[in-house]
Amino acid sequence: MMQCQECGQRPATLHFTKIINGQKNEYHLCEVCAKDKGEVLPGLNNSFSIHNLLSGLLSFEPSGVGGGAAQIQTQRCDRCGLTYSQFSKSGFFGCAHCYEVFGQRVEPLLRKVHSGNVIHHGKIPRRSGSRLQLKRELEYKKKQLKRAVEQEEFELAARLRDEIRALEKQWSNF
Amino acid sequence: MSLNRFISRALSDWMKGGGPEADIVISSRIRLARNLMDTPFPWVATKEQLETVISKLAAIIEKSKNNEALGRLELIRMDRLNSLERQVLVEKHLISPHLANEARAGAVILSQNESISIMINEEDHLRIQCLFPGFQLEEAWNQANSIDDWLEINLDYAFDEKRGYLTTCSTNVGTGLRASVVVHLPALVMTKQMNRILPAINQLGLVVRGIYGEGSEALGNIFQISNQITLGRSEQEIIEDLRNVAKQLIDQERKARQRLMESSRIMVEDKIFRSYGILSQARVIESKEAMQRISDVRLGIDLGLLPGVSATILNELIVLTQPGFLQQYAGQMLSPEERDIRRAKLIRERLAEQMDLN
Repeated sequence: MMQCQECGQRPATLHFTKIINGQKNEYHLCEVCAKDKGEVLPGLNNSFSIHNLLSGLLSFEPSGVGGGAAQIQTQRCDRCGLTYSQFSKSGFFGCAHCYEVFGQRVEPLLRKVHSGNVIHHGKIPRRSGSRLQLKRELEYKKKQLKRAVEQEEFELAARLRDEIRALEKQWSNF
Repeated sequence: MSLNRFISRALSDWMKGGGPEADIVISSRIRLARNLMDTPFPWVATKEQLETVISKLAAIIEKSKNNEALGRLELIRMDRLNSLERQVLVEKHLISPHLANEARAGAVILSQNESISIMINEEDHLRIQCLFPGFQLEEAWNQANSIDDWLEINLDYAFDEKRGYLTTCSTNVGTGLRASVVVHLPALVMTKQMNRILPAINQLGLVVRGIYGEGSEALGNIFQISNQITLGRSEQEIIEDLRNVAKQLIDQERKARQRLMESSRIMVEDKIFRSYGILSQARVIESKEAMQRISDVRLGIDLGLLPGVSATILNELIVLTQPGFLQQYAGQMLSPEERDIRRAKLIRERLAEQMDLN
């Protein structure tokens, strides 16, 4: 399979010929580099999208963090090869590891996108983290209990209290 | 062949209607975005890596062919379908336009009743979706949650204690959850209350948009409300917030319907019966006009003005009269003019059938 002529790492999935003033040039690019170069993909939605908005948010980031701006731009995820510049242009992460590599810079973005939230408070995969899951469930039930009491829903409150007791018992057995 | 069935069968279970508050809430949907730990996300991965993702899922499906809780699941590769067949799946809301047109190694897993759809190699490796008729967010969440648990037995998800489920786009990170309800709000539109309500909903971290039509326009008075924030709140909290807001909207819509009938019954009746007349007699109809007329007729049904017509007509006709479906039904590609003729004919026939039943 033909490799991308820009990065030489990923397979080229976009093949096209550009003719400008009679000058003919052939291009073979992967999707990542094509987006990076701003090449318009036929059939792709090229209208103003979430990408543009997100990259707008990222570009507000102060360039003073750790070395010069150029250094940031060339920072690269050592697992999938995505550069910070590609990330900031697309607003897309390349793999799970990118979250660590671009971690510090990601937080302000998350804060803007999720109304100030940066820490996960939801589900935890079963196999990895049943203890953490229990802790979260306890916190949630306690919050519900508080509200039930405030709203004088005493039947619900009694049920929640029993559930919390059972969970706390489980917790102490860990 | 069964693949054919997903495409040729016009109605998924959710379109047949029913469910709580079915006079206003058309459907409830839960979507979970999930990725695999050691594979680059779809837009960066090689074709081979994406094929491996499909193989992993295929193996899981194969192993649990007789999963009683979920029923029989079937995996369909996008490259096995022609563009018209893919478009039909999009119009049935079983896959996204992105999966149909842009994914490099895209596939979808569907349940027999089409309430479960798991897109593979869309923007994320997995997009688990559960679609229920009426107002059933909790039920849809329970199903999506258990599918998620079941898949996780055999897959290593990209998960981080601090950031939650890791996704391609930062707008989905955390829970990866997008909960949404599709509602029919003709009376709120007619009484010009939407302009007042929409900004208020946006302030609550929810998004409202038309699901048919471009930009802010909502064809057929059909709106989708969904959560915007996926990080920092639990799934239960997200769903509860959406449910509470939807409940208020349902309430407001009912009140608006009542007020309309009290203050201008004859005008409302006129609008509804004109639309019914046009749908049952027109020879050529554009999709935009069809959507509006169908919405009027549906309102008439809900107000008890058109006793002979089934309440599911809105759900059915809207899907049946989309370009992909019309062409699939005709067995050929059609020009826009031909589609308008076919659309008018199909609507006439469906309404006539209904009358014959009575």
